[in-house]
Amino acid sequence: MAAATENKVLTPEMVKAITDLFPRYPNKRAVTLPAIHIVNDALRYVPMRAVVEIAQLLELKPAEVQDTLSFYGIFKQDAPHGQTRAWICRSVSCMLRGGYELLDHMCEKTGLHPGECTSDGKLTVEYAECLGACEYAPCMLANETLHTDVSIEKADKFLKDLGVTANAKH
Amino acid sequence: MAKFEPVLMAQMSKPECWTMKVYEQNGGYKALHKALKEMTPDSVTETVKQSGLRGRGGAGFPTGLKWTFLPKNHPGPIYMCINADESEPGTFNNRYLMELDPHQVIEGIIISCFATKATTAYIYLRYEYPLSWKRLQAALDECYAKGYLGKNILGTEFSLDIYLHKGAGAYICGEETGLIESLEGKRAWPRIKPPFPAIEGVFRKPTVVNNIETVACVTHIINRGVEWFKSIGIPADPNNPRDAGSYGPKLYCLSGHINKPGCYEAPLGITTRQLIDEYGGGIWKNRKAKAAIPGGISMGLITEKEFDVPLDFNALGKVGCLGLGTAAVVVMDETVSMVDFLHNSAQFFKHESCGQCTPCREGTAWAKTMLDRIKAGKGRLKDLDLLLEIGDTIGIIPGTTICGLSDGAAWPLKNAIRKFRSEFEDYVKQTNPLGYMETAPVNALPMLAH
Repeated sequence: MAAATENKVLTPEMVKAITDLFPRYPNKRAVTLPAIHIVNDALRYVPMRAVVEIAQLLELKPAEVQDTLSFYGIFKQDAPHGQTRAWICRSVSCMLRGGYELLDHMCEKTGLHPGECTSDGKLTVEYAECLGACEYAPCMLANETLHTDVSIEKADKFLKDLGVTANAKH
Repeated sequence: MAKFEPVLMAQMSKPECWTMKVYEQNGGYKALHKALKEMTPDSVTETVKQSGLRGRGGAGFPTGLKWTFLPKNHPGPIYMCINADESEPGTFNNRYLMELDPHQVIEGIIISCFATKATTAYIYLRYEYPLSWKRLQAALDECYAKGYLGKNILGTEFSLDIYLHKGAGAYICGEETGLIESLEGKRAWPRIKPPFPAIEGVFRKPTVVNNIETVACVTHIINRGVEWFKSIGIPADPNNPRDAGSYGPKLYCLSGHINKPGCYEAPLGITTRQLIDEYGGGIWKNRKAKAAIPGGISMGLITEKEFDVPLDFNALGKVGCLGLGTAAVVVMDETVSMVDFLHNSAQFFKHESCGQCTPCREGTAWAKTMLDRIKAGKGRLKDLDLLLEIGDTIGIIPGTTICGLSDGAAWPLKNAIRKFRSEFEDYVKQTNPLGYMETAPVNALPMLAH
């Protein structure tokens, strides 16, 4: 354990990206959410050790960073989300055009519950509240790509292109 | 009335319409030159005030008036927060503006900051809009390179920095004081007002919070003038002293069971029926409409018979809705079960209640739990009255919560059950023939993904 605590989770690049933001705000605390994003973008999760290191950089208590982090539902802390994180919208416009069926299909096909990752680390399936792409319902945001009018066929092709096989849960 | 000419979406079909080159070829940044070279901050504020522009984010508060609440001769800094945390279900108009014409938005922000003497603006952008982030950042970079941002803009004394700040998937960050708390690095728990943000906002300094579409309108008001803006829309209702009129163009989001869902620019006060027929290509699959959400799910529900009510800041209240909201119209065809609709709505608000105020946290959760049970065929007639009791008691209007989130949760509850009561009763009776009259407490069901 002693060795593990000496190893920093935040790389020098992450630290620089975080400290580069300091001049934008009148205090360091405002960099909390941007710093969490920087770590999450790099590691696909924000482990507790990273929370402690962010707190040191921002001159906060770890509990203050953790309080903010845990308020937002999107940051995982125990293990990284998949290389692709697919958010499937379940809000009203998508629900009306097959969003629930899409979410159910993605879960059944992969054997995942929303929030879980395939055992090979390729895909995490999530439900989302309104993705703001209601004219393309049902829609799915996979990393930074918006998938529009996602039929069951399109969903199958998406899974095939990712190389995700049926019942891919560990 | 003259034919309506779109301005907010006028450039959006042109190739590379998000670049400064295309924006300036089509008259972009003329308003900025005019404001900074020919006008004073006070005259810009007065122009916006005279135009009758009301905030496009949901509440419809008069923009110019909001700016005048800032303290006079404040030593600074004054902050501008741009609310781009668009997350009201059904709403995507800000996304169009940010992805396809970000310079129009930025020009409006610079002019608004000039008017309010703000020296730093933060655009609080929702996490789910990666393309908006890229386009806005590229546009900001172009502005810095061109001298439209930074020190001494256009050679004047006015300096401004604009920064993008990314949210993290929380609907409550669209509430202005929730946004401010989130920007400060804390959980997005809305603040008790007063003090209002104009007096003590982000970093305890005077702050204006404006929506993306609102600032885009500012650009055109400076370009085209007050008369032009007031020639569009619906004048103030003389019988309603609280109505400040509904002037100007508006981006309406049309989705749901419609042939051509999309974002359409129309004069404020167009009706749902006109939107569906003239823009949306009618109801899909040759079906009939049953109901619609008039302005994002928080605003409640209108029945097909109410489709001729103007979608403006005043009229929707007359049919029991909360207001115009984000002007996001979600159309439901005759096959939609109101039980399913209301369950979806309750699921959303339970998920998004920030948990600060007990009536909202518990009310939205219990509404979802009861609707789970109704949907699963174990509903009782009593549940409908219990749901209405929740709807009538949570929110800033009955005075039990800090912010309006649970008013938004209450309105679909109240509208759906009161306007479609017989459908709910029939559903309960048919799916629970042996138990629909029960009144004793019953257990909740296990939780599902939706």
